[in-house]
Amino acid sequence: MSLVSEPKQGGCALPEIARERGQRQVFCGLAGIVWLHRKIQDAFFLVVGSRTCAHLLQSAAGVMIFAEPRFATAILQERDLAGMADCNQELDRVVADVLERRPDIKTLFLVGSCPSEVIKLDLGKAAERLSEHYSGRVQVIDYSASGLETTFTQGEDTCLGALVPRLPALPSIERSLLVLGTLPDVVEDQFRRLFDALEIGPVHFLPPRQASELPPVGPGTSVLLAQPFLGETARALHKRGATLLTAPYPFGVEGTLAWLKAAAAAWGVAPERVDEVAAPAVARARRGLARYREQLAGKRIYFMPDSQLEIPLARFLQRELGVELVEVASPFIDRQLMEHELALLPEGVRLTEGQDVDTQLDRVRAARPDLTVCGLGLANPLEAEGLRTKWSIELVFSPVHGFDQAADLAELFARPLTRGALLQV
Amino acid sequence: MQLTLWSYEGPPHIGAMRVAASMQGVHLVLHAPQGDTYSDLLFTMIERRDSRPPVTYTTFQARELGADTAELVKDTIQSCYDRFSPEVLLIGESCTAELIQDQPGALAQGMGLPIPVLPLELPAYTRKESWGANETFYQLVRGLLHERRPAPGESRPPRPEGQRPRANLLGPISLGFRCRDDVTEITRLLDMIGVDVHVVAPLGASPADLLRLPEADFNICLYPETADQTCLWLERMFGQPTVKTVPLGIGATRDFIAEVGRVAGIDTSGIAMPDWSRMPWYSRSVDSTYLTGKRVFIFGDATHAVAAARVASEELGFTVVGLGTYAREFAREVRAAAKQYGVEPLITDDYLEVEARVAEAHPELVLGTQMERHIAKRLGVPCAVISAPVHVQDFPARYAPQMGYEGANVLFDTWVHPLMMGLEEHLITMFREDFEFNDASTPSHLGHGTSPGRVPETTVSAQPQETSPAEGDDASATTWAPEAEQELKKIPFFVRGKARRNTERYATERGIQTITVETLYDAKAHFGR
Ligand code: SF4
Repeated sequence: MSLVSEPKQGGCALPEIARERGQRQVFCGLAGIVWLHRKIQDAFFLVVGSRTCAHLLQSAAGVMIFAEPRFATAILQERDLAGMADCNQELDRVVADVLERRPDIKTLFLVGSCPSEVIKLDLGKAAERLSEHYSGRVQVIDYSASGLETTFTQGEDTCLGALVPRLPALPSIERSLLVLGTLPDVVEDQFRRLFDALEIGPVHFLPPRQASELPPVGPGTSVLLAQPFLGETARALHKRGATLLTAPYPFGVEGTLAWLKAAAAAWGVAPERVDEVAAPAVARARRGLARYREQLAGKRIYFMPDSQLEIPLARFLQRELGVELVEVASPFIDRQLMEHELALLPEGVRLTEGQDVDTQLDRVRAARPDLTVCGLGLANPLEAEGLRTKWSIELVFSPVHGFDQAADLAELFARPLTRGALLQV
Repeated sequence: MQLTLWSYEGPPHIGAMRVAASMQGVHLVLHAPQGDTYSDLLFTMIERRDSRPPVTYTTFQARELGADTAELVKDTIQSCYDRFSPEVLLIGESCTAELIQDQPGALAQGMGLPIPVLPLELPAYTRKESWGANETFYQLVRGLLHERRPAPGESRPPRPEGQRPRANLLGPISLGFRCRDDVTEITRLLDMIGVDVHVVAPLGASPADLLRLPEADFNICLYPETADQTCLWLERMFGQPTVKTVPLGIGATRDFIAEVGRVAGIDTSGIAMPDWSRMPWYSRSVDSTYLTGKRVFIFGDATHAVAAARVASEELGFTVVGLGTYAREFAREVRAAAKQYGVEPLITDDYLEVEARVAEAHPELVLGTQMERHIAKRLGVPCAVISAPVHVQDFPARYAPQMGYEGANVLFDTWVHPLMMGLEEHLITMFREDFEFNDASTPSHLGHGTSPGRVPETTVSAQPQETSPAEGDDASATTWAPEAEQELKKIPFFVRGKARRNTERYATERGIQTITVETLYDAKAHFGR
């Protein structure tokens, strides 16, 4: 299990990043289906995989079992592997089944998994064939969310990346702002109102609420990332002529302001105008944050690598709430997309890319931080050792972006501490 | 390929994890990609386990596939051994690793570790979780004991004079249904009979405990889903008889006591039911009269489903209208029981099929797993959970066994609680047009109503409750007059489906084309309730 320090790049003030390899303790990209299927309302996600994949989805979705989900797994059987059944015919049969049950579905995602990849089942071909077969009714799109290729939130990156070639072309004389990354509808609407007030537009969102209404892209498109884990999609959009606006991510007042200003700059709107338009929301957010600042300032936090949100969230906690960063680990750090965030981190912060869960837990135990952000498999064991934890998955599922969610985001970190202080048992 | 929305069981390596997580000193190394580490949360979140399960994953990635995954396996095993110092190491692989054929078991055995290293075969594309648990437990017991088995023909030494008979309790397991409390309850029951518990396994056992298994006089196969293979092997190799009755319910508890008595050579005829066994009296109490003939649909693992059917029909006076299991390995037992109750057995792990069959049967109570709880909620039928797969709610803080006499008390409470109380049911029937007291109401002691928000997101899966099979092809033969349809709506929802079917059957049999209010009441008189 190697630990390699990367040399500082000449003249650049970016903090050092240690790389770690070993056992990981993280979801694969399939977990992204849990929020993607709720966001894209006319889409169905069919995982082509094993019983393990089905079980993972079910366990990650956990509490969402109340409705018939818009996802399912086509579980590979011995017959498929032994060549006794033609996988493609089997897939066609299963797809027909799904579409018969769900006539309302307009887009079907065929999601590749580790087993489908290892047996080299060509889902791209299958998607083409099925798209043709259901042409006019359902578009069939493939992407991989296998654990061999993707870690947790990267599953959204591969999903959205697969949509990019299908986005209609934006006429070359037009321009538009494309906000990239799943946002809760309520947050999307808040941002839309802000952009309207700044006369920035037209604004589109990817993923859209309906996969049958894909946003256009072209040389006049400016892409603004709402989530930091969408590097491949961003680059694919760039290849379609779009310009990438880089900025900190819209967490907290500072991040959201800077994020809006990046769009404003592209539209020739003065930063002062952004301050003016955002003033009421900023004031609200600051008031909301003040309460939590009292509670969180000086607290020490440790981020286990999980969602790739670690760096922006650490920046928010450190700069706006006075939290001390013990270590910030992320499964993968995209230097380009993290540039602005890294620059805002305090000097000397311990940054880790990758995972070796046991040695990281050793460090957590040694440092005994006030709060550890980690996955569901680690939370209770750490709590039992007297350490307070915050589930990282909640940060992906909850509305946490923008001004009006800044205090909610702070509250998510404060709650375990409040509870810890409250309980006398 | 099998289309699956929700599954009752995970892959077989989850079963292996459950065995390892049940025990002390046993560690499992799993050759698996990173996403498969999700299964830790089953233990830490569902069971609220306070430590990480003893499982180390290789978490191989695409870039390692071309290179050397075998080295990764060996590195992982070594660092796991160094860090956790297990007494026994289990080696398994998940679905993906099975395909790349690294033979981690052979690699591990070649490493010369100074502890027993047991490779597991867990065919992920043909088998499932329970099978994996059963197989792992068996391999573990066999692996540790096969060299200690007596020579053929060698007889067991007699039990020392004055020593009470000793039994092993086999099958309780992590993430099992109420195993923790069942073990306590059965230990207490055995003590009443004069039998000591020697080893409980896998739950709470160490490898050293497994080595002591043969010292017991007999084995109790408490959960056949986990332990039947092991019991059979111990019986063959060590001549230990197996007690097979699972003491779920009053009748089965009595049978269990009798069987233990036979096997242990104890006269149990004088053992009285303890006075805290309240279920028989509660069931005879007049307020329980309303339970008579309640239509109950039962689905779960085979052991709990079959036992529930007996309790429901013999001890609570319900009518079993459906019985099934998701565990094909134990389908025979369920088929036999279904025959006894005159219902078609439902052997399937297809959640949608279960849902359709529950809807069809119009039960007044569903006894099932967490999956059936959701089905029942959607159909607006009360439900109690009787079997794994489990949910965090199935690990109550209080003592709540299912087995033995206290278990029977718990069954009475949990099954009867969701039902409408007798008089309340009559009031609903009498004042069915009261806007606050109608079909959508749940029993007043359960604080939630069946609001429209609970209806399924789509209608594809949940057939509307009242659709009857008669409305198929030959439905054209009979139609409902509007006032009859109105009258039908006044019948409480939980029997309305049945009333509709009976009336249609009555009409069809008599060649009645249009069902009137008269027909409805004629049919009611004909079929009685
Ligand atoms: S890691 Fe691979 S095999 Fe495991 S659940 Fe994810 S896609 Fe399926």
